[in-house]
Amino acid sequence: MQLTLLALILALLTVIGFLVGRSRAASSVGGRVAELHSVPAYHGVYVALWAGLPALLLFVAWTASEGWLAMQMVLSALPERLFTGDGQSAALLKADILNLARGISTGREADPLVMEAARRYAALRDLAGWSLLAVCASLAVAGLSWGRHRIGPDLRARPAVERVVRVALVVCSLLAILTTLGIVLSLLFEALRFFTVVSPLDFLFGTHWSPQMAMRADQVGSSGSFGAIPLFAGTLLITVIAMAVAVPVGLMAAIYMSEYAGRGVRTWLKPALEILAGIPTVVYGFFAALTMAPVVRSVGEALGLDVSSESALAAGIVMGVMIIPFVSSLSDDVINAVPQSLRDGSYGLGATKSETIRQVVLPAALPGIVAAVMLAVSRAIGETMIVTMASGLTANLTANPMQAVTTVTTQIATLLVGDQEFDSPKTLSAFGLGLVLFLVTLCLNMVALRVVRTYREKYD
Amino acid sequence: MSIQNQLKLRPHADDRPGQRSGADLPNKMTARGVKVFYGAKQALKGIDLDIRENRVLALIGPSGCGKSTFLRCLNRMNDTIEGCRVEGRIALDGEDVYGKAVDAVQLRARVGMVFQKPNPFPKSIYDNVGYGPRIHGLASGRDEMDEVVQTSLKRAGLWTEVKDRLREPGTSLSGGQQQRLCIARAIAVSPEVILMDEPCSALDPIATAHIEELIDELRANYTIVIVTHNMQQAARVSQRTAFFHLGEMVECDDTEDIFTNPRDERTQGYITGRYG
Repeated sequence: MQLTLLALILALLTVIGFLVGRSRAASSVGGRVAELHSVPAYHGVYVALWAGLPALLLFVAWTASEGWLAMQMVLSALPERLFTGDGQSAALLKADILNLARGISTGREADPLVMEAARRYAALRDLAGWSLLAVCASLAVAGLSWGRHRIGPDLRARPAVERVVRVALVVCSLLAILTTLGIVLSLLFEALRFFTVVSPLDFLFGTHWSPQMAMRADQVGSSGSFGAIPLFAGTLLITVIAMAVAVPVGLMAAIYMSEYAGRGVRTWLKPALEILAGIPTVVYGFFAALTMAPVVRSVGEALGLDVSSESALAAGIVMGVMIIPFVSSLSDDVINAVPQSLRDGSYGLGATKSETIRQVVLPAALPGIVAAVMLAVSRAIGETMIVTMASGLTANLTANPMQAVTTVTTQIATLLVGDQEFDSPKTLSAFGLGLVLFLVTLCLNMVALRVVRTYREKYD
Repeated sequence: MSIQNQLKLRPHADDRPGQRSGADLPNKMTARGVKVFYGAKQALKGIDLDIRENRVLALIGPSGCGKSTFLRCLNRMNDTIEGCRVEGRIALDGEDVYGKAVDAVQLRARVGMVFQKPNPFPKSIYDNVGYGPRIHGLASGRDEMDEVVQTSLKRAGLWTEVKDRLREPGTSLSGGQQQRLCIARAIAVSPEVILMDEPCSALDPIATAHIEELIDELRANYTIVIVTHNMQQAARVSQRTAFFHLGEMVECDDTEDIFTNPRDERTQGYITGRYG
């Protein structure tokens, strides 16, 4: 309510600022706009920025610190006896106050002092909301009049706006980087917590994966064992199968599209192939589980092989199909970037089309193709849904593609599905796996980008 | 230096007085009524031209006059361009190159081509030259291949500069060296005719002088057709010159006659720099 009001007031003041600035700029030179340093619209934006920006910044800073400040004030008024010393009870107390202030029952009889604190907290928050509204609005008005005051023929409004635009752009790009950094850090800290319980060596080199932990001391059969080798092996197996499908098919499709297909065929073939990339992975998942797995199984039986109903082969093949457009689209671009003069040179020596492609075009495009394959590999490693649905959850340490295996991402998903406590090694192990996965794909992407860059230097 | 002075060319081993243009030599290639269309647009309007054996024919004319198009008809490079159609008859040693029995790929091994921009393959110097012989099976075994590569590089005047770095990539050479590498590459498949499409336009004057000298030496063994924008170059390297204008071949004569005594006033206007 207060927030909506504040947003409305700020928006209104900004618009007013724009209009006021524009008209004042024009009238300050008696309508001879050419005498202004900047055109009137820039003066308008200048005043609007003065009206809107400081208030907005204050709002952000205020809301970021307000809750914490109010809580500190409330807590400091509480008697010492409610804090029994350790950090946990303080956190519990805070949670109680917050819940009571929002009118949510904590499910137990609350101390009257705590009830009182919660009331005070709620009152403080309410007061803070109104005062924020007042302060922000007056700041916006002050900014508006300051900006208006500065307007004159010599005001360099255009470069000033330019500077603000630049800062805004920098902030946006920083935001993306900071978010990534935040994700990595949270991953890292949770993973560190996991590694205090399970030794990294056991995790990285153990060959038995069975993450069920005993909830009670007398529980049997759930020892908890975190050897991730079967997961890495499973990921590797499925990735290899997927690449064995995607790389040859994708590459040859790319060669056909860029070298053989006429313009007419190309205009519909390329988008049609890219549709494959737009299919949700869940859909691929049930295609793998319901269509591909039985096919693989019956073919295997016809050949006298023992195929389990959930096999790495089925999941890998479907994943390969999913990745084909990545390989074909990127390779197609790279092959098209090979200068026509190289092809001409080869044709001019009496080489056929396929000789030219094999011996001149592909070697020239190779770095780019390698990069495309690398990106496809990291895509395959990160893929979760298809494996979850088609290859199961059994952590088998096997190189046999006819058996069910599981992958790192699938395990992460299953470990965190449902109600989980976030301090048992079982859940924390997901972060350990996530960290390893992140590092591997990061390395792959960096290598791929580097290869692409050296390639660019060569042909620009 | 005037064009007339530049016509005092170096004497050539097989030149007899009055026979520089090779009037007594047989025609290696002949073109009769050659028309080329790119889609609906007509680029060549019926070209008749004789290309004499072991002589250099220069094609000159303003940009867009069709000289490169004509050159690319001679080894059917236009086949690779979508929507390009060729009419008329072009013969190599009396045989129609657009005939049904002719394999365009095989034809290009007999009529080689050097392009405007040096375009070495992304391979070593050795493999650039060895590429043609390898795909045509012209050399059996390592020693023969070494031999072919060495001979070709020597003929292209590049051997002494690269003999110690044959394993380095062809792209590491300078522009002029790259163009000579491309000539060596063309020679390596033992063509009978070499087509050159403005081979010096991307090179500096010193590299250009090198290539021009080379062209003059090569005509002892090959028939050469060269497209050039540089009239001094045409005067220096060719024995016969054809002037193209707006898709037509205006006149073709001994180079000396074209530059000293052109019959058509369009030719006169072009070589004296009034237009083009």
